[in-house]
Amino acid sequence: MNPAREFLLNAAAKSVDLAHRKIIRKNMDHYEVRLAEGVARFADWEGARDVCSAIKDDAIEHLGDYLKQFEAKVKARGGVVFWAETAEEARDYVANLARDRGVKRVVKSKSMVTEEIHLTSALERAGCEVLETDLGEYIVQLRNEPPYHIVTPAMHLTRKEIYETFKEKLPGITTDEPVELVAAARRVMREFFFSAEMGISGANFLVADSGMIALTTNEGNARLGTALPRIHVVVTGIEKVVPKLSDLGILWPTLAGAATGQSLSAYNTLIGGPRRQNEVDGPEEFHVVLLDNGRTALLAESEQREALKCIRCGACLNNCPVYRQIGGHAYGTTYQGPIGSVLTPHFRGHDFDHLSYASSLCGACTAGCPVKIDLHHHLLRNRRNAVQNSRPLLERIAFRLFRWTMLSSARYTWFAGIGKKLATLLRGTAFDPLREWNRYRTPPQMPKKSFRQMWRDGDV
Amino acid sequence: MLPRVALFIPCFVDQVCPQVGVDMARVLRRIGCEIWFPEDQTCCGQPAFNTGYWQDARQLAARFLKVFDKAEVVVGPSGSCVAMVRKFYPELLHSTFGLEKFFEFSEFLLKYNMEDVGASFPHKVTVHDSCHANRELGIRQGPRKLLKNVRGLELIEMRDSDECCGFGGTFSVKFGAISAAMGDVKTGNAEQTQADFVTAVDPSCLMHIDGILRKKRSPMKTIHLASILASEAAQ
Repeated sequence: MNPAREFLLNAAAKSVDLAHRKIIRKNMDHYEVRLAEGVARFADWEGARDVCSAIKDDAIEHLGDYLKQFEAKVKARGGVVFWAETAEEARDYVANLARDRGVKRVVKSKSMVTEEIHLTSALERAGCEVLETDLGEYIVQLRNEPPYHIVTPAMHLTRKEIYETFKEKLPGITTDEPVELVAAARRVMREFFFSAEMGISGANFLVADSGMIALTTNEGNARLGTALPRIHVVVTGIEKVVPKLSDLGILWPTLAGAATGQSLSAYNTLIGGPRRQNEVDGPEEFHVVLLDNGRTALLAESEQREALKCIRCGACLNNCPVYRQIGGHAYGTTYQGPIGSVLTPHFRGHDFDHLSYASSLCGACTAGCPVKIDLHHHLLRNRRNAVQNSRPLLERIAFRLFRWTMLSSARYTWFAGIGKKLATLLRGTAFDPLREWNRYRTPPQMPKKSFRQMWRDGDV
Repeated sequence: MLPRVALFIPCFVDQVCPQVGVDMARVLRRIGCEIWFPEDQTCCGQPAFNTGYWQDARQLAARFLKVFDKAEVVVGPSGSCVAMVRKFYPELLHSTFGLEKFFEFSEFLLKYNMEDVGASFPHKVTVHDSCHANRELGIRQGPRKLLKNVRGLELIEMRDSDECCGFGGTFSVKFGAISAAMGDVKTGNAEQTQADFVTAVDPSCLMHIDGILRKKRSPMKTIHLASILASEAAQ
């Protein structure tokens, strides 16, 4: 089945799943309260958005320079930087590294880029056991599901469902008390943290002037997972670079505010390389995989490159009324919601054009974006690109006809009259043009006269 | 001094809900505007533009501006269509020339300080904030200001009044199930207020909301802001 058809069916199924909709709605209600509190902590939230947007604009405009600066600093501290043009190159690099170093166990902290390149299965093929250490990510890993949301991967699950999963997969689970469930996950993770030879993380930001990666979590798992194993591998998109260390002063709180309404996430870590002489902690090896995978192609499009400013806070998903009905799995993509619909056709091609159409263009995403990406207008531009590439012939003809009709008020009036008669005639048949409308809604009652007729007749 | 106003009656209003246009015209006349209707107008091009057919939309946009060339001020009863002209024509035509004279109806009234147009509508009403009016044109408090001056009207806010109703033009047909689910949430929030009417500045949102309400057999009705403002006390 092609992705468009699959999306349509999944989305329709989720739209009528009231239990599912109730879970998302509950989570989003909770988010809205937290977000309001988070925003209220800023003296000037709009100003913070402006500053973050400007920082990321600068970063994207001078991406190459900042990345080179970052690379030089990391190398000077004994780290290795690998530029991966494709997902395959990135996967192979990490899998080969694991093989070469005799790695048996890998701990991961949450990273969407590793989802994007399907790193876990590549490592498993290389003979490694891989464990997700973010609790939500661990839960979906146990269930063999992809993350449901960029920030909260297990948002779609109830406590009962998590309990069922744990009971099935972990020994000794007797109650659905959150404390016990967390303790059980922690027992597994602790053992992995201390026995893993490789820790993999993403990066929330790459700081150019200092050559540091900035990591943000609420569970502290990234800190353990990057400090304890002897090899730390960072897998990240090239667009994560920011110019200066001081930029984090505004980026960190704004990210936390937009993502979860927190003033700051609980754990914020800067890492600049492997353990140095005389240091007792930290990994022996430090690798940064800088992934392109379609990003420079988007960078080349001056009109849409700002989509690379995304800091993966998930605010656009939370605000999106479409996401609120269908949730993250229906999209069938790594990045869901509005930002996913903007990026995926650029990253994965025209098979994903349908996502740009799966929006009412309401603009709630753009209004919530902390770095002011003009998301819904990019969906419009994606649609224009889709038309330039390939759209169904019937649709093309329909719009050509539409234009021809509307270029003359006489033709428009004539067609409108015919259209109304036709609609009445075909109602209830397989050819009814309003069939899709009538399935979910009662059709409007058509007036006898159009406005222009009333104007001519002196009724206005 | 009020300007002479050209009526922008979107194709959709012309064909499906002409009464909205009639009511807008009535209010404009009541406050002392001279009005005229450029009969050559058809469609602003929004359906083509939103679906990605920018070449087709561009020709319609150029034609649209020509039709209103002689107008001093143009007023239309649809936030979405006015947003197409003011917000999207610049992207489409790479020019903002002649766009500043186009106004959405409530915007126009407030620009000329017509907060009270002498309307009377003794019912409970809740407001849906149409997305294009709200987020493209910044129309949010204006309609409420106008409603507060209507005799007998009780305004009851619904939760998430600014969440999309799910119409979105061709979206409502291409993704009918998602659109209907959004409409279900919207009408649910509206019904919770126990208002008699839900109003908006966009007839296309109202058509969608109305279609869902009637499918649910809800007693709640939809009414365009212009029709509320056109209502007068029974003599």
